[in-house]
Amino acid sequence: MSENKNLIEGATGPWEIVMGLEIHAQVASSAKLFSGAPTEFGAEQNSQVSLVDAALPGMLPVINDECVRQAVRTGLGLGAKIHLRSVFDRKNYFYPDLPQGYQISQFKDPIVGEGEIEIDLKDGSTKRIGIERLHLEQDAGKSVHDQHPSMSFVDLNRSGVALMEIVSNPDMRCAEEAQAYVKKIRSILRYLGTCDGNMEEGSLRADVNVSVRRPGEELGTRCEIKNVNSIRFIGQAIEYEARRQIDVLEDGGKIDQETRLFDPRAGETRSMRSKEEAHDYRYFPDPDLLPLVIKQELVDTLAKELPELPDEKKARFVSDYGLSPYDAGVLVSEKASCDFFEAVAEGRDAKLAANWVTGDFFGALNKAGLQIESSPVSAKQLGDLINLISDDTVSGRIAKEVFEIMFETGDDPAKIVEEKGLRQVTDLGAIESAIDEIIAANPDKVQQAKEKPKMVGWFVGQVMKSTGGKANPKSVNELLAKKLDL
Amino acid sequence: MTDLTKLTLADARAKLVSKEITSVELTEAHLAAAKASDKLNAYVTLTPEIALEMAAKSDARIAKGDAGPLEGLPLGVKDLFCTEGVRTTACSNILDEFTPPYESTVSANLWADGAVMLGKLNNDEFAMGSSNETSRFGPCLNPWKASDSDADLVPGGSSGGSSAAVAAHLALGATATDTGGSIRQPAAFTGTVGMKPTYGRCSRWGVVAFASSLDQAGPITRSVRDAAIMLGSMASHDEKDTTSVDIEVPDYEAALTGDIRGLKVGIPKEYRVDGMSDEIEKLWTQGIDWLKAAGAEIVDVSLPHTKYALPAYYIVAPAEASSNLARYDGVRYGLRVQGDDITDMYEKTRAAGFGEEVRRRILIGTYVLSAGYYDAYYIKAQKIRTLIAQDFKEAYEKVDVLLTPTAPSPAFAVGEKVNDPLSMYLNDVFTVPVNLAGLPGISVPAGLSSNGLPLGLQLIGRTFDEETLFRAAGVLEEAAGYSAEPSTWWNEA
Repeated sequence: MSENKNLIEGATGPWEIVMGLEIHAQVASSAKLFSGAPTEFGAEQNSQVSLVDAALPGMLPVINDECVRQAVRTGLGLGAKIHLRSVFDRKNYFYPDLPQGYQISQFKDPIVGEGEIEIDLKDGSTKRIGIERLHLEQDAGKSVHDQHPSMSFVDLNRSGVALMEIVSNPDMRCAEEAQAYVKKIRSILRYLGTCDGNMEEGSLRADVNVSVRRPGEELGTRCEIKNVNSIRFIGQAIEYEARRQIDVLEDGGKIDQETRLFDPRAGETRSMRSKEEAHDYRYFPDPDLLPLVIKQELVDTLAKELPELPDEKKARFVSDYGLSPYDAGVLVSEKASCDFFEAVAEGRDAKLAANWVTGDFFGALNKAGLQIESSPVSAKQLGDLINLISDDTVSGRIAKEVFEIMFETGDDPAKIVEEKGLRQVTDLGAIESAIDEIIAANPDKVQQAKEKPKMVGWFVGQVMKSTGGKANPKSVNELLAKKLDL
Repeated sequence: MTDLTKLTLADARAKLVSKEITSVELTEAHLAAAKASDKLNAYVTLTPEIALEMAAKSDARIAKGDAGPLEGLPLGVKDLFCTEGVRTTACSNILDEFTPPYESTVSANLWADGAVMLGKLNNDEFAMGSSNETSRFGPCLNPWKASDSDADLVPGGSSGGSSAAVAAHLALGATATDTGGSIRQPAAFTGTVGMKPTYGRCSRWGVVAFASSLDQAGPITRSVRDAAIMLGSMASHDEKDTTSVDIEVPDYEAALTGDIRGLKVGIPKEYRVDGMSDEIEKLWTQGIDWLKAAGAEIVDVSLPHTKYALPAYYIVAPAEASSNLARYDGVRYGLRVQGDDITDMYEKTRAAGFGEEVRRRILIGTYVLSAGYYDAYYIKAQKIRTLIAQDFKEAYEKVDVLLTPTAPSPAFAVGEKVNDPLSMYLNDVFTVPVNLAGLPGISVPAGLSSNGLPLGLQLIGRTFDEETLFRAAGVLEEAAGYSAEPSTWWNEA
């Protein structure tokens, strides 16, 4: 095993954090896992509830084939083994937003087995994280506690919505790795179109299992932090929890296996229930559902139809477009950025497109605090701007000015160039007369330039200044060299 | 005018088609009989308005020459089947006045074929019982009484309301369900025919679940032909029940050829259980002789794991039930008893809503699924289930059907076994293995006990071979020549 650079220094020596994650990803599907009710987010309470979802007497689950296909696609995207036979089990517990009194899940025989993904770390390195399994299960409804002084309400819109639970091996050793892992899973799911990955709407949530140990020793007792719903919170929760466990151990205490909740406001994790209070879920195969059997041909077809995934895309950007691995990595990490980039790059200089997207464009978005989906500049508009550079209508420097205006106004670049008169001067006569004027007015500089050819830069600056930056830099350089006899 | 309730379903069908009688007349006669039968407590909900409206529509369709296979025939429905707009309780307090906004597939199939609904029939609470004594509406009584006693007898269970109603001519036929014998044992106790088809033959959609891997709907009627007719309408493939099977429903009536020459009938030696009465033993031998006389070949077979069937059943069925009944929590429908918090509400609601037998089975089921016990009980029971199915499979390499008694005794008195669950459970000893193996089984009335009570014989068939079963049952029925009727002591008309 490679040495862990991410040890935490405690009062009594270094500690290593060990983490495994369970990610719950809502399957992108128009209907629920076992009923035909719709799954749209934000619908009126209890408006998307079928008789099955409300667990009326005599109602039976019927598997939604699209959810099965999505799970298989995801398994393939995680490089995992697809199980042609899997079994749905009942996980029994009482809760008001769990109408059946059990959740249909997959316990012993999940639809997807072991796989592996590669995560990208900030220092440019990568790390492989093992996937233990992926299984399909139903989501519960939602209890609403703030609508009545003494009663709780239940919204069953989510009841029965299909989730994929993706379980990793305990391969992560620091908060950054856990965050990179969630980002990578989210990215893969988005590329596959099997989950929208929206953590704010609860489409993606993570349970983080954290334990600490002395480097090289046996695994410590773990605590599970439930339902952390942002990547930032995952980092905070891990940092807090690891530190808490180290403090307990260094004080001579021991870690109790328990379920904890992260409170983002206080920035701390709190005990939710101990191992003793843990439910006995009484799993057993759901007798309403036959074992789920899928054909190898289905798996093969889905594998063939699989879209290009981030790692493949990154490799292609490096080899085909000559992008640096870093730039390629930045571009592919989010499907939305990648789609944007590919739209901009299509039929254009990819390197130039990459520079614009990762440079000015991302910079402007960051500064404005905007997501790519709400960008005021479309991929087409940025592409148009790059066209204007490539056909010498504007220089790179003017293009940056144009871009700023585009970002503010949402206007097309051609319109801005026209209205502001920013078209590059390629008329050699005009440039020549500007140069002549400057030479005539600055004989001393001409003399200096003859002795020190680098002085030509001063002349370039003057010419640009006099032409409002619109002169074609290439022509200016050529003419100056001729006129100054360099 | 003849009493229209004396007709078999097949005869009534013929008279309706020939316009000798109308469905309204037939329905009115049954409603009148049902209304005069309060002492039996067979119906828990009578639906005369719905019945007469359906009957009138049937008469109109018959007049137009547009009659369905069950056109105008009045039937009773076990209260386990959800019926749209008609209170459905599974005879449990927990469902309170629950009125489904949907119709079970089986009952919908009957109505689509023209049948008329008379009302909902009593049963053991959630179909858990063998005597119909666990119903929230109180026990349903057997129309039969022993010749040597006036004691009220049980009609069997859980489909006691169905068997009593059919035996007492309060319906031409009735739907029933069978998880461990709940169609066949009540049929045997009341001198009626009870058919439990292969698991997957009838849709379970809209039937209140007891044990999902065992529950199966079927008819109780007064003749084998009537059972064949009714099952033909009840059975269907249903996309809403993924355990229902996509096999075409054959013409069961056409299978009643009366010819069983060369049919191989197996006699499982393990069904000769300790404590079986001499008269049951005698009846069984009689049945063997009848079939032999009709040209069947009798073959001794062995089903070695039979003795484990009952214990395995009383693990699997309660395990599934404990989970299936978790939905009755007072949150969304049915009974709710307010509590101090959610747990208190659950506890109060379920304590008030479930009867003693249901609670017992929920506790057993919860126990056998618990961590640490699961392997020892549930997994072991599942293994036994596989072995039992294997026993039957091997037997069917040698024979076409099996002949056994339906129940180890005739109907017993109300109150006799209700406080002795183990002796109650023993009633199912001959029927339970059939459910564990998912096979079809039929109980045919074959004679009377020494004190004048009906006794039944059971035929067990191959998976989805209901046709052979009906054919053999028809021959058995004919040979037995069973025509006994209970006295109408309950009739208040």
